[in-house]
Amino acid sequence: MTPPAPHETHQGSPLHPTLFGRLLSGFLAGALLLGLTSCERESRVDKATKEKILLLGNGAEPKALDPHIVSSVGDSNILRSLFEGLVAYHPKNDMLHEPGVAERWESNEDFSEWRFFLRNDARWSNGDPVTAHDFVYSYNRILHPEMAAPYASMLYFLKNGEAFNRGEIDDFSQVGVKAVNDFELVCTLERPAPYFPDVVKHTTWLPIHGPTIEKFGKMTDTYTEWQKPGNHVSNGAFRLTDWRINAYVKVRKNPHYWDVKNVKPNGINFYPIDNTFTEEKAFRNGLLHYTYVLPNNLISAYEKSGDPRLRKETYNGSYFFRCNVNEAPTNNVDFRRALAYAINQETIVNFVTRGGQQPAYGFTPPSEAGYHPPDMIRHDPDVAREFLTKAGYESGADVPEFTIMINTSESHKDIAVAIQDMWKKTLGIEKVKIENQEWKVFQQTVQDIEYQVSRAGWIGDYVDPNTFLSMWLSGDSNNQTGWSNPDYDRLMKESASISDPAERYAKLVAAETILLSEVPVLPVYWYTRVYLLHPDVKNWHPLLLDNHPYKHIDLVRDESEETPE
Amino acid sequence: METARYIASRFAQSLFALLCIITITFFLARLAPGGPFLDEKAVPEHLIEQMNKNYGFDKPLPVQYFLYLGRLVQGDLGPSLGNKGFTVNEVISEGFPVSFLLGISGLVIALLIGVPVGVFAAAKRNTGVDYGLMTLAMLGICLPTFVIAPLLGEFLGLRLGWFDVAMWENSSAWFLGALTLGLYYSAYIARLTRGSMLDVLSQDFIRTARSKGVAPLTILFKHAFRGGITPVVAYLGPALAGLIGGSFVVETVFGLPGLGQHFIKAATNRDYWLINGTVTVFAILILVMNFLVDVIQAWLDPRTQSKD
Amino acid sequence: MDLAPPRDGKTIEKGTSLGRDAWYRLQKNHLAMASLWFFIFIVVVCFLLPLFPFVPNPNITHPDLQSMPALSSATSMEGAEVFYLLGSDHLGRDIFARILYGGRVSLAVGFLATAVSLSIGVIYGALSGYVGGRLDAAMMRVVDILYALPFMIIVIILTTYFGNQLWLLFVCIGAVEWLTMSRIVRGQVISLKNQEFVEAARSLGLGQSRIIFRHLIPNTVGPVIVYTTLTVPAVMRLEAILSFLGLGVQPPDASWGSLIKEGADRMASDPGLLIYPAIVFGLTLFSLNFLGDGLRDALDPKSSKD
Repeated sequence: MTPPAPHETHQGSPLHPTLFGRLLSGFLAGALLLGLTSCERESRVDKATKEKILLLGNGAEPKALDPHIVSSVGDSNILRSLFEGLVAYHPKNDMLHEPGVAERWESNEDFSEWRFFLRNDARWSNGDPVTAHDFVYSYNRILHPEMAAPYASMLYFLKNGEAFNRGEIDDFSQVGVKAVNDFELVCTLERPAPYFPDVVKHTTWLPIHGPTIEKFGKMTDTYTEWQKPGNHVSNGAFRLTDWRINAYVKVRKNPHYWDVKNVKPNGINFYPIDNTFTEEKAFRNGLLHYTYVLPNNLISAYEKSGDPRLRKETYNGSYFFRCNVNEAPTNNVDFRRALAYAINQETIVNFVTRGGQQPAYGFTPPSEAGYHPPDMIRHDPDVAREFLTKAGYESGADVPEFTIMINTSESHKDIAVAIQDMWKKTLGIEKVKIENQEWKVFQQTVQDIEYQVSRAGWIGDYVDPNTFLSMWLSGDSNNQTGWSNPDYDRLMKESASISDPAERYAKLVAAETILLSEVPVLPVYWYTRVYLLHPDVKNWHPLLLDNHPYKHIDLVRDESEETPE
Repeated sequence: METARYIASRFAQSLFALLCIITITFFLARLAPGGPFLDEKAVPEHLIEQMNKNYGFDKPLPVQYFLYLGRLVQGDLGPSLGNKGFTVNEVISEGFPVSFLLGISGLVIALLIGVPVGVFAAAKRNTGVDYGLMTLAMLGICLPTFVIAPLLGEFLGLRLGWFDVAMWENSSAWFLGALTLGLYYSAYIARLTRGSMLDVLSQDFIRTARSKGVAPLTILFKHAFRGGITPVVAYLGPALAGLIGGSFVVETVFGLPGLGQHFIKAATNRDYWLINGTVTVFAILILVMNFLVDVIQAWLDPRTQSKD
Repeated sequence: MDLAPPRDGKTIEKGTSLGRDAWYRLQKNHLAMASLWFFIFIVVVCFLLPLFPFVPNPNITHPDLQSMPALSSATSMEGAEVFYLLGSDHLGRDIFARILYGGRVSLAVGFLATAVSLSIGVIYGALSGYVGGRLDAAMMRVVDILYALPFMIIVIILTTYFGNQLWLLFVCIGAVEWLTMSRIVRGQVISLKNQEFVEAARSLGLGQSRIIFRHLIPNTVGPVIVYTTLTVPAVMRLEAILSFLGLGVQPPDASWGSLIKEGADRMASDPGLLIYPAIVFGLTLFSLNFLGDGLRDALDPKSSKD
């Protein structure tokens, strides 16, 4: 039986006819279904495959569609479809670069100055050419103090970027970015960064269209109408056509895109379904090609049936516990070591998270462009007990009460409960409490360092260990443990000026060794992405950063395997 | 004259109540720890300060409060902090129809099931039928919506394929949402109806009617029903308010873009203006509902019109 | 209606024996008595059984022994011998023990919070309805205001300022649940207060509070008891939602509500996690419900004449 009669989209349509229509059709459907049995109908996914429209689950509702405001993974997925940066993500390998607006780029000897040569056929979705001046304008906007872009620190790579953002210099021309002409951009960096092309792939480095921004307000206004469908102008493979809060964001092929003939999908619908169980049901219901995530406890069911739609892929992230190093009992380094060695990471990965995660023996995930973290924290109950004695406790019962702070979520809760029990069994610590906090309260607690142990996760912004290790510098706003070590800071600083990768990694390993021997963080596991993907979706390859360039993704009816139910 | 004065004074009281609600909400929202600009990856202090300045949060709280009231009077609920580029007016006018549809359909379903079941159970008091119906009703109350909703989705949606399980656009998932709400409230209404019907049925005028030989069905529907339904009507105000405001579980489970979701997300995002805006809308709704309930109650049961 | 016998005088006479009378009537209602005994049984089991050593610690995890079936025993990788009466959950914890310990929390919350909301709601509603006029209007507007306040924000503020404590749960729930009760009682009182027996009591020169507490409130007992039997499950549900928001029972402890919530998430892969706590929860509420119905009949002086 068919669902109630389809209606036009509700955006802007008069309220009463649709409401009434829905009420009526709903009750008709309700009455009819008593007498009718179900029959086959074309699912939404089948229809979308034919029309080459990707239907993607996308987690939470986007905060904005302005690359200078957002920071979340879901938001940047949408932005990646709408905008194109200097360098684009490669569809198969995050270590490789695809030319974006820049056709080619080169650096000086020590990687501190980068020259980007822009293609001259790149166009905005309104037909305007994309020029080097657009990039300068964008970087001016995101770094402008009045803009207060939350993620402006990504552009501190540019010379004087931080000083300008902090309002210490007023003149943007002193910041290390120049348009030599319409199609040549020069970036001068604060310090050498051999991985700079990786950095400029990030959302914060995307260009925006100045005239559109200023049509609706000042350059630095953060909440004008420019982001709405109809007003929004972008330079990527797609352009924004529809947006309804908590319902969908729709993008369609951008006819002015320079590579439009190679854009495979005709459009993408992003659905913000933040209930993961609902998302999984919607996938089974044929409403989605892809789920943003798959809840832990459904993994085993998909595994048992050998469902090919289940995907588990290595992801560039680390799950760990922070320790407050200024407060008892976690101010004692031996006590922190005892806690770290008492965590059985394998048990967590095999029995609690079950998503194919890797037990973390260090902090930075391995294979980050060839980087391997020191293998230091391996579960060892005897070592753990030794450190407990060293910390001055005869038995775990003497340890004063302390609390593990988590934000409310089933999976964080399970991990915390399991670790709490490990500390109890291995070290005999009786008085460990777990406290749930609502998300924003939790963030405040962690930033104010008003906890003893707190759960944390970190997803790398680009493929280089720097994105993981720079947060532990003294006073870094993401440090949030109170830990600081001059040797660590020195090694990190030294590494920044080394251009040879192997030599630089050696410095970083030395730095991470210090971090892991003082354990302000208790490593737990390295992330995987676990999700469901419809077999109709082609060219969707596992990616370390999970930033799929959507223009390469194709939709072809998959005849080989009917989806098992 | 009397009625007009009653309505006018009730209106004035309601306006005052609304002002109280807006005031309390405004300050409560600002008291909650963690601001709208906090993020998982820490935002440097100087940027947070600038953002506060951009949105006028650097002014003293009382000043902000009066500025807000000033805008409110002009019907401007302010910008949404969690959905940049949208105003709270836009967010609410998109979300309200969804919640209203859910609430009204839920209420209709609840009344269509609850009242007949309650009356029937009262008529068959202390028989197997009565116990059976009340057990079912109890089941409906015990099972929380976050259990019923996924179950309905799994069976009516996925197994039988009658409805979609999520989304709003061209989707029938909202009906499952209304059904979940309706089933839950019908259980309440059935029990309430049965209880008050029993009360009325044991009153003297019913006994008199019975002894005069009036047909049982006539007694049930003509004499007892009006009195028996009164507590149900008193319950409708809170029920509809609860249906529209409390539908967030259902909206989350079926992915519907209603006010309930907007409110919960506003609260978790500390989207101050959206919190205030949604609460104001809920408050107006509840005040209007209670007003209507008082009027209907007076009409159903003339004794309620107490002479003051 | 004008045929009503002058039973108010009788009520005053019977005053002292009302309780014994009701108890006598209740005993004749077998279903209600069975419910009473069942309920006592549940309370005793939840509060006393965990004192015996054969009930395992509900918070001990055996991650390698997850989702074990009922009546199974196994050896964990740490070498512990474990027997699961009702199976284990996703962390290998004993479901039976968790249900018992969860029952303590749920029963305590259910009854204390209901008692709080009942006493506030009945007194408030009766006073408002009986006095009427401006006081009534003002009191009802207060209820309106409280109805419309954003519950979640209040909960977040309370938890951050007072920490996550169980007594907060009683306060929060009690503070929310009395509102509807007061409206119902007010409606009842308004329709009762002009009836003959109240007029009679007034003409006998009885004091206001005596009229409210001895004559009006006992006569609202029917709807109040029915609504109370609805409040207990509502309170337990609310407790589940609150623990979902992070208030109330903190992990690893559980309540029936939080167990059912966890079970609902896992019902596809592990139905036992939902079914066992739901059965215990459901039976407890059923028994409360039938007990409530029985009490309502027993306490209602009018029903004896049927």
